[in-house]
Order: sequence, then C-alpha cells, then structure tokens
Amino acid sequence: MLKSEVTATSRHYVDRLFDPDPQKVLQGVIDMKNAVIGNNKQKANLIVLGAVPRLLYLLQQSSSSLELRTECAVVLGSLAMGTENNIKSLVDCHIIPALLQGLLCPELIFIEVCLRCLRTVFISPVTPVQLLYTDPTVIPHLMSLLSRSQRTQEYITQIFSHCCKTPEHQTVLFNHGAIQNIAPLLISPSYKVRMQALKCFSVLAYENTQVSMTLVNVLVDGELLSQVFVRMMQRDQPIEMQLTAAKCLTYMCRAGAIRTDDSCVVLKTLPCLVRMCSKEHLLEERVEGAETLAYLMEPDVELQRIASTTDHLVAMLADYFKYPSSVSAITDIKRLDHDLKHAHELRQAAFKLYASLGSNDEDIRKKITETENMMDRIVSGLSESSIKVRLAAVRCLHSLSRSVQQLRTSFHDHAVWRPLMKLLQNAPDEVLVMASSTLCNLLLEFSPSKEPILESGVIELLCSLTQSDSPALRVNGIWALMNMAFQAEQKVKVEIVRSLGTEQLFRLLSDPDSNVLMKTLGLLRNLLSTRPHIDQIMSSHGKQIMQAVTLILEAEHSIEVKEQTLCILANIADGNTAKELIMTNDDMLQKIKYYMGHSNVKLQLAATFCISNLIWNEEDGSQERQDKLREMGFVDILHKLTQASDPNLCDRWARKEANHKTHGILIRCILIYILTT
Amino acid sequence: MAELGAGSLSLGDPAFNYQEHELNERLKRLYPAVNEEETPLPRSWSPKDKYSYIGLSQNNLRVHYKGHGKNHKDAASVRATHPIPAACGIYYFEVKIVSKGRDGYMGIGLSAQGVNMNRLPGWDKHSYGYHGDDGHSFCSSGTGQPYGPTFTTGDVIGCCVNLINNTCFYTKNGISLGVAFTDLPPNLYPTVGLQTPGEIVDANFGQQPFVFDIEDYMSEWRAKIHGMIARFPIGERLGEWQSVLQNMVSSYLVHHGYCATATAFARATETIIQEEQTSIKNRQRIQKLVLAGRVGEAIDATQHLYPGLLEHNPNLLFMLKCRQFVEMVNGTDSEVRCLTIRSPKSQDSYPGSPSLSPRHGASNTHLHTGADSPTCSNGVTPPNKSKSHSGTGSSSIKYPSVSSSASSSTSSSPSSVNYSESNSSDSTKSQPHSANSTQETSLSLNFRRNQTHVTRSSNHDSEMEIEAEHYTNGVVEGSSARIMNGTYKHEEILQPDDNSIDEGCTNGRQLCGGNQAATERMIHFGRELQALNEQLGREYGKNATHKKMLQDAFSLLAYSDPWNCPVGQQLDPTQRESLCSALNSAILESQNLPKQPPLMLALGQATECVQLMARVRSGSCSFARVDNFLH
Repeated sequence: MLKSEVTATSRHYVDRLFDPDPQKVLQGVIDMKNAVIGNNKQKANLIVLGAVPRLLYLLQQSSSSLELRTECAVVLGSLAMGTENNIKSLVDCHIIPALLQGLLCPELIFIEVCLRCLRTVFISPVTPVQLLYTDPTVIPHLMSLLSRSQRTQEYITQIFSHCCKTPEHQTVLFNHGAIQNIAPLLISPSYKVRMQALKCFSVLAYENTQVSMTLVNVLVDGELLSQVFVRMMQRDQPIEMQLTAAKCLTYMCRAGAIRTDDSCVVLKTLPCLVRMCSKEHLLEERVEGAETLAYLMEPDVELQRIASTTDHLVAMLADYFKYPSSVSAITDIKRLDHDLKHAHELRQAAFKLYASLGSNDEDIRKKITETENMMDRIVSGLSESSIKVRLAAVRCLHSLSRSVQQLRTSFHDHAVWRPLMKLLQNAPDEVLVMASSTLCNLLLEFSPSKEPILESGVIELLCSLTQSDSPALRVNGIWALMNMAFQAEQKVKVEIVRSLGTEQLFRLLSDPDSNVLMKTLGLLRNLLSTRPHIDQIMSSHGKQIMQAVTLILEAEHSIEVKEQTLCILANIADGNTAKELIMTNDDMLQKIKYYMGHSNVKLQLAATFCISNLIWNEEDGSQERQDKLREMGFVDILHKLTQASDPNLCDRWARKEANHKTHGILIRCILIYILTT
Repeated sequence: MAELGAGSLSLGDPAFNYQEHELNERLKRLYPAVNEEETPLPRSWSPKDKYSYIGLSQNNLRVHYKGHGKNHKDAASVRATHPIPAACGIYYFEVKIVSKGRDGYMGIGLSAQGVNMNRLPGWDKHSYGYHGDDGHSFCSSGTGQPYGPTFTTGDVIGCCVNLINNTCFYTKNGISLGVAFTDLPPNLYPTVGLQTPGEIVDANFGQQPFVFDIEDYMSEWRAKIHGMIARFPIGERLGEWQSVLQNMVSSYLVHHGYCATATAFARATETIIQEEQTSIKNRQRIQKLVLAGRVGEAIDATQHLYPGLLEHNPNLLFMLKCRQFVEMVNGTDSEVRCLTIRSPKSQDSYPGSPSLSPRHGASNTHLHTGADSPTCSNGVTPPNKSKSHSGTGSSSIKYPSVSSSASSSTSSSPSSVNYSESNSSDSTKSQPHSANSTQETSLSLNFRRNQTHVTRSSNHDSEMEIEAEHYTNGVVEGSSARIMNGTYKHEEILQPDDNSIDEGCTNGRQLCGGNQAATERMIHFGRELQALNEQLGREYGKNATHKKMLQDAFSLLAYSDPWNCPVGQQLDPTQRESLCSALNSAILESQNLPKQPPLMLALGQATECVQLMARVRSGSCSFARVDNFLH
C-alpha cells in the first residue's frame, strides 16, 4: 500500500469520529480500536491526523454514552502502548487530567480502562511524574479506588511505584495512607497485584526512615510485614518477587527499622541477594541483586564478612566482567547485542559490590585483590567510556586503598596511580571526589606510589581542587597535600607552598567547612616540621602564619581545631629563628598560658609542648626565654600542673589516652629546667 | 554405646522418645520419597564403622576424640549408620562444634563405605571433607583447596548433598558457603573426622531443627523440577497428544460405566467410544447392584447378560457368592431383603457415588499390589452402617481422606484414581477394624447432605451431561471437582424418608434384617456355598484364599452383633468395591476390551518409573512424585 493510501484510511477513521450520529461514532471508535491494535504505524498516523483531541473530547463529553466513553479510553490506551513519541503526543494533548477526571465516574468498567491507560502513560519514562501530584485530590481518590477491583489495585499500585521518585512523593503517598491501603494487597490472590504492591513498598521505603519505621509494625492478616516479605523471598517464588522483597527489607534495614543482625537480614535477605548475583539469573537481575546487596552491607562490617563467605560471592562477581563473552560475539548477534547493552551495568554493579565488601575488612580486601585479574579490571575500569563504570571502579579502588598492605603491593605493581591521575584531569565532580580521596591514600608516606605521583605534577592539580566549590573536593585536595607534605623533602614543601599560594592557604584557614580547616592546619603542621624547614618557611611566611594562628585561637572553634593550631605553634617554637616570632609576641604567649590552664587535657598538653620547645635549654638563648616566661608567670601555672599531675590524675589521664601519661612527666621536666637554671 | 554415661538418653527416657518422634516427623517431611524399608536414612553415627580413637555418646550423636593426636597419623573418622539414599533428592545434616579441642583439626564431609577411618574425610579416594583449621575443602586429595572460612567452637557446620546434580555444599551458621564438590559418587555416608584431643562435635541428622533453611533450598529444586516437567517438550504432533488425552479420559469413563458422562465427553471431543452404549449400561447396572449389596441380583444379571462368563471364572463366582452371603447377614441382599418387613427400598444404603474411580492412595500404590492399595472410594460408608475404620500402619493415613471424599461424594473426582482393584480378597484382609466415633458423626452429616442432593436432582443423566461440558477441552484436572459420578444415586437405592437411618446409626442392625425366614434362607445359602467350595476344591485343587474367605464369612454368625466383631469389617459396604471392580474387569475382558483403563496403566507406569529412578539413583525422583500432580 502506498503511504498516501495508508493516510487515507487513517483519515477515514478520524472522520468517522465527527459523524453526527452517535451510533456511527461509536462504531467508528470500535473500528479504530481494531485497526490500531499492534499497529504502530496506524497509531502514529491517527495521532498526526488529530484523533487524540477528538477522542478526549468524546471521552469527557457527558452526553457521550458510557460505552462510547469506554471505547475511547480503550483506543487511547492502545495508542499509548506504541512508541515514546505517541506518549509524548498524548501527554501534550492533556490526556492525564482528562483521564484523572474520568476516574470520578461511578462506573467501574470506565474507571478500569481509564486507569489502564493512565498506567501505560505513567510508566513511560517520557511522562513527567509530577503530573500525578498537580491536583491534590488525585492521590486520595486513587487510594479510595484501591478497594474497587483487582484491576484497579494492579494499575494504581503500578502507577504509584513508577511515580514515586523523590522523598516528597514518598511523603505525599505516605500521608494519604499508602501503607495501610496497600499492605493488604500483599496477600491478594492475584500475583500481579501482589507484585505491584511489593514494588510500591520498595519505592516507598527507599531511604525513608518514616516509612520504614511504620512498615515494621504493620500487620497483614496477623503477620508482620517483614515476615510477609521473608515469605516472598522463598526460593520457589518468582525471581522478580524474591528480588523486590529483598529490596524492601534492605531499605528498611538501611533506614534503621530492622537491625543488621536480625535473622531476616542475615539468614534471608543477604543470602537471597547473593543468590541473585549467580550466573543462572538474568543479567538485569544480577545487576539489581549486586547493587542492592552493596547498599545493604555498606555500613556493616559483619554483613560484609558474612557476604564475603556466602556462595563464593567474591569469585562469582568475577564473572560480571566476562560480557560480552567471546562465544556470544561469534555465534549470536542478538545475544551479543544483549550482552553489550548490559556489560557496563554488570561491571559497575560488580565494582560497587566489591567496594562495599572491601570497605572495612582487611582479609576481604585481600580476597578481592587476589581474584583473577582484579587489579587489571579496576585499572581498565578507570578509563572506561561509561561514567557509571568509572565511578564504580574508582569507588572500588578507594575501598581497597584503605589497606596498607594493598597500597604497598598490588597498587604499586599495577601502577594504579597512572589511570587515577588521568581520571583526575577531567571528570565530573562525583568521580573527582572518589578519585581524589583515593589519591589521598596513595600519597600516604609508606605508599610506594607516592614518588611517581609526585613526579607526575600532581601538586598543581591538588591545589586547583582546593579552589573547588564542592567542600568534599576541597577537603580531598588539601588532605592529599597534607599527606604529601608529611616528612617530605624541603623542595616538595616549597613547591606546595608556592603552588598553593599563601593567599589560598589563608582562605582555606577560614573555610566554612571544619574538615577543610582541620586538614589545612594539618598541612601547615606537616610543612612546619624539622628545624630547617620551619625556619625557612617562617622566614618567608612567618607574619601571615602567626596572624592566622592568632585568629583561629581567638575564634570559636572545636577543641580539635585549637589543638591542631597549638601543635603548629609548638612546631614553630621548635625552630631556631622561628621561636622568636612567638617570644616577641606577648599576646601569643598569653594565649599559650591560657591554654595551659584550660580544662581540656589535649589543649593543655599541646600548649605545654609549645612551652617546652621554647625553654629547652640546649639551645641558644634558652636562658633569656626562661627568664621571660618566668616573668610572665608560667612557673605558677607549671606548679599548678605539677600538683594536678599527682599519680591519681596521671592515672586518669593515662586511662583517657595513653599519650597523656607523658604530660605529667613533661611538666615536671619543664619545671625542673626552669627552677634549676 | 553411651560411653560417657552422663547426659546420654536411654530408650525409656521420655525426652529420648520425644526426640525420636521429632526425628521421624522431620525425616518424613524432608524425604517423603524415601522408602526406609529399602534404603534407611542415617540417624546416628555407626559404633561399628569408626576408628578406635573415636568415642561416641548421647545416642551415638556426639563424637569425641580419644587418641594421642600427635600428628595426622592419629586422625580418626566415623561414618553414619547408613548411606544417603538417592531418593532424598536433597540430603542435609548439621554438625555443631562443641569444642575445637587442642588444634581444631576437624573435618566434616562424606565418604564411601570402606574408606580408611584412620584419616580425616577428604584425604582419600571417595572421601570428601571441609576442614575447620584452614577452611579448605578436600576432594579425595591430601591437599586442600581454599573453600570457606575456618570454623571453631560454637559454629554449626551443615553439609548438603544434592543428589540431582551430584554436588555438595556446606553451610556455616545457616549461611551457604557455595558448592564444594561436584560429580559425587553414589552411596556416600555422612562422615566426621577428628585429630586432636578435646575435639567434640554433635551431629544433627534431623533430631533438631536445622540452622540452615534446607526446606527453602528444597523448594527451589522442587519448583525447578516441576517446571522442567511442565515444560517438557511434547513434540510436533500436538494434535495426537490431545487425542491421546481425550481417549484416556473417555476410556476411563467408559471403563467405570459413567455412561452419560462418557457419551457427553465423546460428543464434545468428537471421539468414538469403542463399546456399545447398551454394553456400558449393562455393566453399569451390574456394578450398581454389587455396590448396593444386592449381589444375588448382580450374579443373576451377569449370568443373563454375559452367559458363560461366571462359569469360566469360578473363582470370581465364588467370591461373588461369598459376598452374597455376607450381604445376607447384612440384610441387604435381595434374597433376604424381600423377606423382611421393611421396604426394600429403604434397606439399602449406598449414599455416595459408588464411584468405581477409587481415590488415589498413598505413596506406595503399586501396579500389582492390591493389598497395598486402599479399596475405599468416594462416599462409601453409609450412615446406617456407620462403622468406621481407623487402621494401622499405612491405612491409618488413608482413612481420614476416605471420610473427606465421602463428604464430597456428590462430586467425586474421576481423576482421583486407583488402578489396583482387581484383588478383592487381599484388600479385605488388609482392612483393620475399630470404631471411631468422630468419623461416625461426620458421616451421618454427609448422609444428610446426600439426601438433599438426591431430592433435588431426579434426573442424573441430564445433569451429568451438563457437567460433562467441562471436559470439552480434554483437560482432566480442574474440572474434576465439579463432576458428578453420581449415576448410582437412584431413588430406589437411597430414600430420603427412611426412618431406619437413625436407628441404623445406633444399634438397630439385626442379622438378616431381623427376619426369621431370611435367616433360614441365609443358612441354607451358606450350605450351598460350602458345597460350591468343596466342588471347586475337587475340580481345581484346594484354595487357601477361598477357605479363608469362607471361614471369615461364616464367622460372622458366631457373634451376636456381627457388626462389632473381629470379622465385622466384612460387612462394610466399602468391601464391595474391589469385588465390583473385579467383576467389571472380567466382563470387559470377556468382551475383548482392556480390563484396566489406559489412564490407570499410565499412572501405574509413572509411579513405577519414579520408583525405578530412586533405585538407579536419580535424585530428581524426590521432587517428581506422582502424588504431586494428583490434586
């Protein structure tokens, strides 16, 4: 048939909708229904020819017979079953408000076809879900329709589970009694209803404490909801149901509604999710299973340990990297296509799960890195085209980089720093955060990768990170610099200071994020170590540094920040020439005196260290310094501290922190020096 | 074997009995396909099959090490009493580590008979183990493979053998550790081995609930195998497949004489019935008479309609006559019934469907074992003869379901079948007798229900046709519950206005209906029967079965209340069924028609196959049981 002919027939169908005889219009709609079923071309034609507005008009017209209105909804539902473009056209014609309006009709059959059509429209990714929430009366009405029939139950729950995308949506549904209304559907005789109700609960509970906490107390036919979910995870249930029930319990557990050592988590949910990762399941199921499992055990080391021994999970995941397999490429194009489509998803899911498994336990990390070609896979994952895979790979690398042993061995052997550095050059923020965090670990002093990374010009890059808008990136940047400066050579330190610039350094010292501040102080402290370095840096930047220190000590800051600052001061006091910057600053000395009498032991200790560095009498001018300090009344304070440092107090300190045992001894030493010289 | 003395249980101990009971229940539930008479399940460690360094206690469930434990040469193992039967499908046991002892060199696993016990499981050929000290698995080798975590005091280690794919996996504290061994040989014994002093482990072969949810694992395999059966490819000739099914149903209906249903079915499915309608109706009439207890009439009818049949089957004739005598005692046979005062119509009581389609029995139904198969069928126990049975052994399980089928007697199912009905005398003996009051109540209730039904539907044939429409697609199952086999519920058999019913329920039964003339007739008949037996003995040689049958029948007269005497069981109307079936088969045979319906043959074939699978060690038989498919 020629295209014009096709259009002509389609035109005829549309024309009949305008017939003055309602009987003929009805027949026209019925004929149209039969013509469009399974015929995407015909559907597109009818939409282009303007059938939709007319059908909607007939559907909304109160003068239309119920039969006609029903048939119109059926045809619209059929049109919606076509391509995404069809859905777009329907939504543009305001089909959603029209159908929602139709739900107010008392006739069940009409309600059902409207819901069916709405369902088809809403489950399409092109439909804005917000349209469900525009009219506040819609959700309560849908809730009330849940009792009408199994069909309304199936369609409405399906709409809900596709349209619940944000915490706000969850709250709206929750506030309208979604839980009470949907819970009984979990034991519906219809599998479809049970399944859609279950999906509803999984989207409602996701990262939602309020919903999860409510769910644990819900009874369905006298049985706790968690037990209903456990039954749905039984191994003879359809995989889809097992997986979705496991998701529900996972979300409830992560939201704190179920303990991680509850047997329904340890003996049911976790093993169920591990099973989902096995080869015998569909690729989509394996992806979902792995992702959910990763999420479930992320915060709990015990679950990570259990999972790592369940059904050879660590080895099982290695299979996720074997798609598309060499066999599929040769024998079966369709299979190859399918494999390719899922290959990225599989890899990223496996990386995520490895990351979660290895986030705490050293033995598990070892097991992961010993899995066949694991490090190579991570390295190639870091440079994959898919952002999702790159992100997951770097997450996995980050998790493994927490292991001292791995940093020393496999990380170095596989030169993971190279792709990591490349990744850092140009990547979206979320990848950058993970990558820079990993880099922090790679720059630890004992890491053999530290040297080559330094040589690759990483300082510039890290300094630029500290200027980022994202606090996480600023922290990582400065953190990495801090690690780098630890026991570094003079030239590295100079390079850091030069590259970062004092201006930026001081900007970071007033950063609103306390983590950034802490790491910046840490960097300063690491820069100001060993005497020549201290004197060198203080001679060029002494004034600014002293200024910054004063500011921090005067401002409202946490104990940790002040302690770190006092430690910097103690380092400065260790310098040969730098000492004078403190000794000549009476204001600073007063501050030190104040902190020596502070109620917090840590601050006392740090301040006392500072003083001890100043009066150490093996150095030139110690006598003068001691005299000055004596004049300023430091001796009294030290005396007081000696008294306080009676064995009992020392003991109390010792119990608090082993370090503090030295405090009393330290004070005594200082006192002896001062008094004897 | 209770060497440690303290803490061990003796046989008389109630705790022990409870545990024993628990064990039996659990094993029955887990391994329903296992015939323990052929292949017993492991229930404890064997005191005979162990190395001398092994000590057993606590009913041979606790194992402790009592050697020196210097090196691997001091290793010692013990096997369970029996190998794992293939019919388990999936087998599971758990071992709790009570104490890891000095070094915790413990191995848990499997080994074949004859494997050296001076070793840990896994080190030798046909031996497999998971070791606690290093978490390695040992597959018939001295060197282990990294497998799972280590295990120690307090841990519960499970070992699961999958006899369908011949693999094994372990569990630790309820968590599956994944497959450890593949390609396992058959007939492995649960085995544990210990190597250093102080090591103690306890076995759980089902005495206690398992930590791991093995039943959940089994359910997965059951679903898999059922799916496999459901999706089994039938091949190209789909049309033939359907017609085969239709023929099976049709022939089954014809065999049992469901004339109207069969005709309706044949019409709907456009199949042809081999036998003539009149022939079917004749058989139906004769069966009806036998089931109604009117055996004399049945004999007459048979002789009239099928001359020569009984003459050629003297054994059958003798059995019929024997039954006729019993029915005379019962007061149901027409020869005595016409002499009693009461309306002949009111006498009889075969309320339910006579349903020659007996219900399918328990697991051990066999193609040729009449004694095993319950002879009871749908709706068989009349209330005025409400003698119920609670049997011993296997029949005790069957009987409750008899009453349940009686309660649904108006809708008994043709798909619920038993195919071993030809042997009447055996089944008579197999029926134990004792009264059960609760069942009596339920039966009288059923009866009332039947009455209502009969008054409602006077024309059964037409109703049958309506019902039979359910068969049109040739699907047997599903429709079964709706089908009425009730062609026998004629008004003449069952009168709703019978006052004697209530009497009969209590103690109104009298010998030969309480009629003097009838009693005399009965005694006369007894003499004839005796003569017939002697004649048969002369012609065909002595027949022990006949003698016993005759003795039992005559014994009834020795008791004042024959219904409540040690042989009173014979009077039960259910006893008519096997005879009825035998007669029906004989008639069919004489007409050159199959004496067993093909449906029954197929069912028997399937059951045999599954049993054969168990014998050739195909584990999937556990989940492919015929029972699972008969609903």
